[in-house]
Amino acid sequence: MWATDMDKSNRQHRDYYRSLIRNMLLIVIIVSFTPMILVSGIILYQFQTSYHEKVHAHLKELVQKHKQNIDSFLQEKLGDIRFLADNYTFEELSDESFLVDRLESLQKNFGLVFVDLGVIRENGIQAAYAGPFKLGKALYSEADWFQKAMKKKYFISDVFLGLRGLPHFIIAVRDNWMGKKWILRATIDFVAFNSLVENIRIGETGFAFILNKEGKFQTKPLLDIVTTRKPYIDFLNERDTTKDEIQVGEQTDESGQKKIYVAASLKNGDWLLVYQQRASEAFSDFQKTLRVALMIMLLGGLGIITMAYILSKRMVSRIASADKEKLMMNEQVVETGKLASVGELAAGIAHEINNPVAIMIEEAGWIEDLLEDEEFQESENLNEFNRALEQIRTQGRRCKEITHKLLHFARKTDSRIQEVEINDIIEELVALSAQKAKYSNVTINTVLQKDLPPLKVSETEVQQVFLNLINNALDAMEKRGGVIDVTTLMEGDYIAVQVADNGPGIPEANLARIFDPFFTTKPVGKGTGLGLSICYGIIKKMGGEIVVHSIIEGGTTFRVLIPFRKPRESKADDSAEEINTG
Amino acid sequence: MKETVLTDPIRLLIVDDEVGFVDILTKRLSRRNMEVTAAYSGTEAIQALRKQEFDVTVLDLKMEEMDGIEALKIFKKIDPKMMVIMLTGHGSAQAAREGIELGAFDYLTKPCELEELLVKITKAYQERNKDQTVPD
Repeated sequence: MWATDMDKSNRQHRDYYRSLIRNMLLIVIIVSFTPMILVSGIILYQFQTSYHEKVHAHLKELVQKHKQNIDSFLQEKLGDIRFLADNYTFEELSDESFLVDRLESLQKNFGLVFVDLGVIRENGIQAAYAGPFKLGKALYSEADWFQKAMKKKYFISDVFLGLRGLPHFIIAVRDNWMGKKWILRATIDFVAFNSLVENIRIGETGFAFILNKEGKFQTKPLLDIVTTRKPYIDFLNERDTTKDEIQVGEQTDESGQKKIYVAASLKNGDWLLVYQQRASEAFSDFQKTLRVALMIMLLGGLGIITMAYILSKRMVSRIASADKEKLMMNEQVVETGKLASVGELAAGIAHEINNPVAIMIEEAGWIEDLLEDEEFQESENLNEFNRALEQIRTQGRRCKEITHKLLHFARKTDSRIQEVEINDIIEELVALSAQKAKYSNVTINTVLQKDLPPLKVSETEVQQVFLNLINNALDAMEKRGGVIDVTTLMEGDYIAVQVADNGPGIPEANLARIFDPFFTTKPVGKGTGLGLSICYGIIKKMGGEIVVHSIIEGGTTFRVLIPFRKPRESKADDSAEEINTG
Repeated sequence: MKETVLTDPIRLLIVDDEVGFVDILTKRLSRRNMEVTAAYSGTEAIQALRKQEFDVTVLDLKMEEMDGIEALKIFKKIDPKMMVIMLTGHGSAQAAREGIELGAFDYLTKPCELEELLVKITKAYQERNKDQTVPD
């Protein structure tokens, strides 16, 4: 039953300390992580915003630059055709050989960007053609581009396949000759034009393309990446195409991927230059930084949690030690209280016994008085009466001594410094311990040097020290018996008191800790481990020393040195004293 | 057993609430030429003191009805020259010292030898009568 209660108590203590660790850990984690997360979150948000703005700005600049390039390209090519139209007449340009020369000149100066040239009458019939295709006398009256070109002075078409069956676009200049309109048109090499846009590449997923107002591709996009045009259609519908500014947007496509779109108008709003890139790639540096930051936070967090756990455990362990010490001290206080109560009880009993003992002694004395009367002098048993009465008086005196000793020792602790004869105290303590020694089969011998100077100490404290030493020796030899030798002698400025027994001795490992508070080798409930530490404290307070020597199975000797006068500090003191008394 | 015989009977008052002790002491001291009056409490002792004069009083310090010190103070008011010998338990040394300061002559610890008590009673009597001429 007791063991079960102990287990339950131990379990409750364990659970309590575990919950203490848990709570401390939780508090440390919350207090450390909350500001860390908040600050990190704020910084991260700010960084993300700034980074986004930076990337957007960069892409805008990129697209702006390429928009200018493309627009410049188109204007340049238009300018070249205008030059021809402005400087040569319809008749001149209708001469195919002349036209071929002009084409060659263009190709010589500008590369193979110009594929061919054509002069077309108002009715849509091509008057002259210079180029690699067999398009002489082709009819364009029904062609969409022709109809649009006829309405404008300068015209750049969308990309289309046309009669040649290859993607291309037209730059056309309309002019008048003899009251009739005619068109000088040039075909622009699609590949050359496409390369302008194709070269706009960043990373693996960043590329550009051109759309017309209907959302049709004017350049060849990376179709393996572009799965749907819906985002662009939406984008085109949403944006205000009349505005000439670069617009940036982010959208999630049907596959769930978030993309950045940067758009700029070309050809006065007829075309849209679009740059797109997967957001994850565009912000990859940020993502990398974020991952590093998160990794650092994670490691830091793990470090915090680990340290918090270790520190909590350590702290709780110290709390547990302090609790244990407190418990032991409380037990000691309770035990001291019990001892005090027992002492008071003993004192009360001793005091009460005095009266009946006094009456006993007086009654015996009265019988002695009466026996002096003549009639009793002749009694045969007179001697026996006297012997018995003397025995009563002797035992009465013995009772008196016992009660006096008990009362003397049960007095409340008196720490008054007074002059004390150490031999008297030793003799008193030996007498007090006589009964216990008898039951333990131990003999206590005393060798007390005579004429020792008095000590200026607290009598009760000195009694406490030596009674403790004697009792410890008796406890050690309780089962086997033995001898305790108590000696007193003067050594210099000290009185040395030695309590030596021939008991089992103290192991060396315990010797170093023998004066530590709460250190005890006695079973639970038999000793609190405070006796020798209190002795040590008392002797040290007196300015003395207490040392122990012990040999296993060779006995233990406690040697106490108490100064009876302040030790001389130096020979100078001796000289000074001589001069003063001399 | 040595008896101490006195020339004039000493008028002795014994004050103690331990009846057996007072009675046996009365018997023994009466046998030694003393006029012994027994009082079993402080109140009884005061009544006795108001009726006659006593040379020496033996007073127990630890009494239930009236504390010995309290009784001593009253005795001294009634008869300032009264010689009081206090009987104390060992733990009452402090009280005994207090009694001496209040004018008690001496004290003994219980249980005591009769001879010891007789010596102190004689000394107290002599002290009380030291100014009187000794009769032939």
